[in-house]
Amino acid sequence: MSGILSSSIGRKFAMAISALFLMIFLLQHFAINILSVFSPDTFNEVSHFMGTFWVIQYALQPVLIFGVVFHFVMGFVLEIKNTKARQIKYAVNNGGANSSWMSRNMIWSGLAILAFVVLHFIDFWIPEINIKYIQGDMSGMHNGEFRYFHELVEKFHNPLRVGAYCLAFVFLALHLLHGFESAFQSVGANNKYTKGLKNFSKIYAIGIPAGFIFIALFHHLNQIL
Amino acid sequence: MALDSKIPQGPLADKWTKHKNDINLVNPANKRLIDVIVVGTGLAGGSAAATLAELGYNVKAFCFQDSPRRAHSIAAQGGINAAKNYQGDGDSTYRLFYDTVKGGDYRSREANVYRLAEVSANIIDQCVAQGVPFARDYGGLLDNRSFGGVLVSRTFYAKGQTGQQLLLGAYSAMNRQIGRGKIKMYNRHEMLDVVIVDGKARGIIARNLVTGELERHSAHAVVLGTGGYGNVFFLSTNAMGSNVTAAWRAHKRGAYFANPCYTQIHPTCIPVSGDHQSKLTLMSESLRNDGRIWVPKHKKDVEAIRSGKLKPTQLAEDDRDYYLERRYPAFGNLVPRDVASRAAKERCDAGYGVNATGEAVYLDFAAAIIRYGKEKAHVKGLNENDDALVKELGKEVVKAKYGNLFQMYEKIVDENPYETPMMIFPAVHYTMGGIWVDYNLQTTIPGLYAIGEANFSDHGSNRLGASALMQGLADGYFVLPYTIGDYLSKDIRTGAISTDSTEFEEAEKNALENINHFINNKGTKSVDSFHRRLGKIMWNKCGMSRNEKELKEAIEEISTLRKEFYKDVLVPGTADEFNEQLAKAGRVADFLELGELFAKDALLREESAGGHFREEHQTPEGEAKRRTEFQFVSAWEYKGEPKDALLHKEPLVYENIEVKERSYK
Amino acid sequence: MNLTLKIWRQKNANDKGKMVDYQISDVSPDMSFLEMLDVLNNQLIEKGDSPVAFDHDCREGICGMCSLYINGEAHGPDRRVTTCQLHMRMFKDGDTIHIEPFRAKAFPIIKDLVVDRSAFDRVQHAGGFISVNTSGNTQDANSIPISKHAADKAMDAATCIGCGACVASCKNSSAMLFVSAKVSQYALLPQGQVEATDRVLNMVQQMDDEGFGNCTNTGACEVECPKGISLENIARMNREYLSASFKG
Repeated sequence: MSGILSSSIGRKFAMAISALFLMIFLLQHFAINILSVFSPDTFNEVSHFMGTFWVIQYALQPVLIFGVVFHFVMGFVLEIKNTKARQIKYAVNNGGANSSWMSRNMIWSGLAILAFVVLHFIDFWIPEINIKYIQGDMSGMHNGEFRYFHELVEKFHNPLRVGAYCLAFVFLALHLLHGFESAFQSVGANNKYTKGLKNFSKIYAIGIPAGFIFIALFHHLNQIL
Repeated sequence: MALDSKIPQGPLADKWTKHKNDINLVNPANKRLIDVIVVGTGLAGGSAAATLAELGYNVKAFCFQDSPRRAHSIAAQGGINAAKNYQGDGDSTYRLFYDTVKGGDYRSREANVYRLAEVSANIIDQCVAQGVPFARDYGGLLDNRSFGGVLVSRTFYAKGQTGQQLLLGAYSAMNRQIGRGKIKMYNRHEMLDVVIVDGKARGIIARNLVTGELERHSAHAVVLGTGGYGNVFFLSTNAMGSNVTAAWRAHKRGAYFANPCYTQIHPTCIPVSGDHQSKLTLMSESLRNDGRIWVPKHKKDVEAIRSGKLKPTQLAEDDRDYYLERRYPAFGNLVPRDVASRAAKERCDAGYGVNATGEAVYLDFAAAIIRYGKEKAHVKGLNENDDALVKELGKEVVKAKYGNLFQMYEKIVDENPYETPMMIFPAVHYTMGGIWVDYNLQTTIPGLYAIGEANFSDHGSNRLGASALMQGLADGYFVLPYTIGDYLSKDIRTGAISTDSTEFEEAEKNALENINHFINNKGTKSVDSFHRRLGKIMWNKCGMSRNEKELKEAIEEISTLRKEFYKDVLVPGTADEFNEQLAKAGRVADFLELGELFAKDALLREESAGGHFREEHQTPEGEAKRRTEFQFVSAWEYKGEPKDALLHKEPLVYENIEVKERSYK
Repeated sequence: MNLTLKIWRQKNANDKGKMVDYQISDVSPDMSFLEMLDVLNNQLIEKGDSPVAFDHDCREGICGMCSLYINGEAHGPDRRVTTCQLHMRMFKDGDTIHIEPFRAKAFPIIKDLVVDRSAFDRVQHAGGFISVNTSGNTQDANSIPISKHAADKAMDAATCIGCGACVASCKNSSAMLFVSAKVSQYALLPQGQVEATDRVLNMVQQMDDEGFGNCTNTGACEVECPKGISLENIARMNREYLSASFKG
């Protein structure tokens, strides 16, 4: 399979696999975050486990970062190549007649998500790395209790940030609405289960971002009400 | 020059095998030294080019379209005949041969037709091996349907797109050879002349339609698979680009043109809708398997229908005239094309045509929908008396069989043929006449071959449905590749043919002068306007029925029109660019000459045979009346003006079949 | 009907090209789109202007030659039709119609609305065939039964007319639908199995080399395809390609 990544189908396959991987991660991330709504204690415990267990930190985290970076870089590479495949644009193009807005604008929803990821890293990931690996405090404690829930709640204080988060999740939903079912097609799955998979992917694409928006709003409203 | 058809001796059934054993072969190493030009990439040209390249010849293939896959063979819908007898209904090589000769009204060459029937079965094997997705039944075996003029089911099909699938099969075989470098493909090239060196065809002059450049191409033999000339009528089911130019220029260089007046008028086409019409659309003959053709019995109903007061579906069974079933009970709606077309014309001339112009009859699927629906309901164990259900199920079956044709009809006419009968009328479809060839498919110019619709040999004066695809592929895959070897075996020491000879120079100069004439003429009327006028003359005076007076008028009118054309045609643009009008001007010029020869041939043939119907020669019931003294092929030699063309006769001898009055009653 | 036409005019491959306005009157709703252009061209010719060049041949929707991008869609607003089958009854009196060529880097313009689609041919040269020589001795056609289901699916894929509407409609100018139709036809038939691995690898390689874009599964091609070639074929080609790649 040498050079598979230089072929159009190989790249598309890689996009799909990285996307499916990221969607599993997203589901897991959501599952933990939603705990913060129901049980701050459980949320703290799970967060601590995730933040300190070596398999996750040293094996899965780099894979995840690679997956994210790969998906973005490959997305841009393909976009540039695809733009080059038509040098003179149509004077009139009625894309809405044959395809969804989402499918035609993955690059824009993707860029919005990228901006969000940067913000998210600044908000959570960089402080985490700072505390754990630069300051060397692996306890996860602050003032005698787990710090995770507090940090989370604190971030959802500023309405601007909450707004940015919510908007980003709308873009994520748009991205997933096309991306999820598209990934199945890319790996070659188009059969009698396709209809079911498509419905499932729609539920996921709307449900998960909606859930994240709920969490953000929940914590924000809890603080101001 | 006396015509020698070179039919091998011996019993009919052994002729081809014996001939193949007797002729010379070229050894594989020598084939590499030999070039062959194939003009046209339809079923005949495409399959010939692929096979010759497989054999090892260096092939140069030419087509005027942007890809070989677009040749008009692609539009054939219904199917391809082959004497496989998969249905066990008594089919055989002899029966296919018999049906074809009889269907052609005893005006085709026995030996050629027998060979065609003989290799027909190989075609199916070959195409299946190539991956052509023929229709299959639930057991996974090939399905058949039946076509006009025969009593067996021997037609293989791929939905309503059989021609497309077969052409793509030949195209794929070509692609393999193009990929290997054995075929050099010239797309968007039009042949303008054939070059004769020392009495042999040694190359062509072609025009690159993109740049306008004239090119010289040499070869040891030239094959024309350039199709028919139905577009002489302007309106036909042929593609817009289909033309007679290659064949006509070969004729001008010495190839005899045979039976130009034999034209097939296909009974089931979508009627003309207005003056803007650029072409006619065929509805496959396969529809006559299930559709019933009728017109109202009474004039008052005709009037009511024409004025929109009455819908055809409202007319009671007793008030309908299923005229084919009435006149030809044995074959019913599946009579041969010439018979069906004339019968439609007869009804319309009598005033029973059902559209505004009075030139349409109904093709009705209501009965088939009910019949299939009941069958399906029975199979599924549902209520056979539930009319709505039966209709629904029946429509599904009809859709599976003819869905694409019904859709095409609806898009063009804007009526739903599942609910209301289709309106159809005959239209020019195929030309049985063409370049005269001998048994080896060689024309009267040594080294020049003609295959497929471009030649005249197999269909007599009327072609049966699903036989054009058969002939095109038989010639290209299984006949020409053998027979051309016999000729080329004498050329193994010739070496490459130079394009610097005076003959090439002269031919190129000639082509250039022609082009310059059109470009510099600066007349006042477009090429199309002349083509339309020619078409009108042809359709009115050389169409479905012909008579002496009108044919004589046609000859005069065409000759006058031709003079006017050369004086007054307006071709915009220049010669060194993509210029469709210029290409068209050359084609119409040739049609204007062919048209006159066509009428001259029709005038000469004082009999009715197949597609050629002379009003003076009919039976009291209005059927075609053949005359024994015309049991010959008329092959015309070019002598300048069409009126000066010299007639040569090739007598037709029937030793294996009794020449009878053709009856489909 | 009276219409305003905005048509792409470009003298030759090197010309820059631009949209030019034309007025046309007395258009009948029963005309096909190309017949309407015939009328326009006749007017242009008789006025001494150069007619609009466009590709067309069979005019019954099967040769795949016609290729116009009408009001922002390949073959215009109707579904399951080629440009030649599009009828003027789809438009209204007073409409403005934009007519452009099929655009893609792999389809360079020859003149006006005529483009060079030989890239499609070259993809087929790379593997769009079954390597069987012509002889009278291939095995009997009925010696390999093929399930009706597979035969019908192969037929559905094989109905592709190679017009290029898929490329023209795709925001990425991807040729996946076209290539996958051929790959699928052979992948579905037993005759195609022997060369399946090489075929898909070679055809995809050639497709990429021609400069077509990547498929991002927008599905525009399937909607605009005059023959309704299904996206299933693309999925099948993806499968075929991936398994061929892993085989090595």
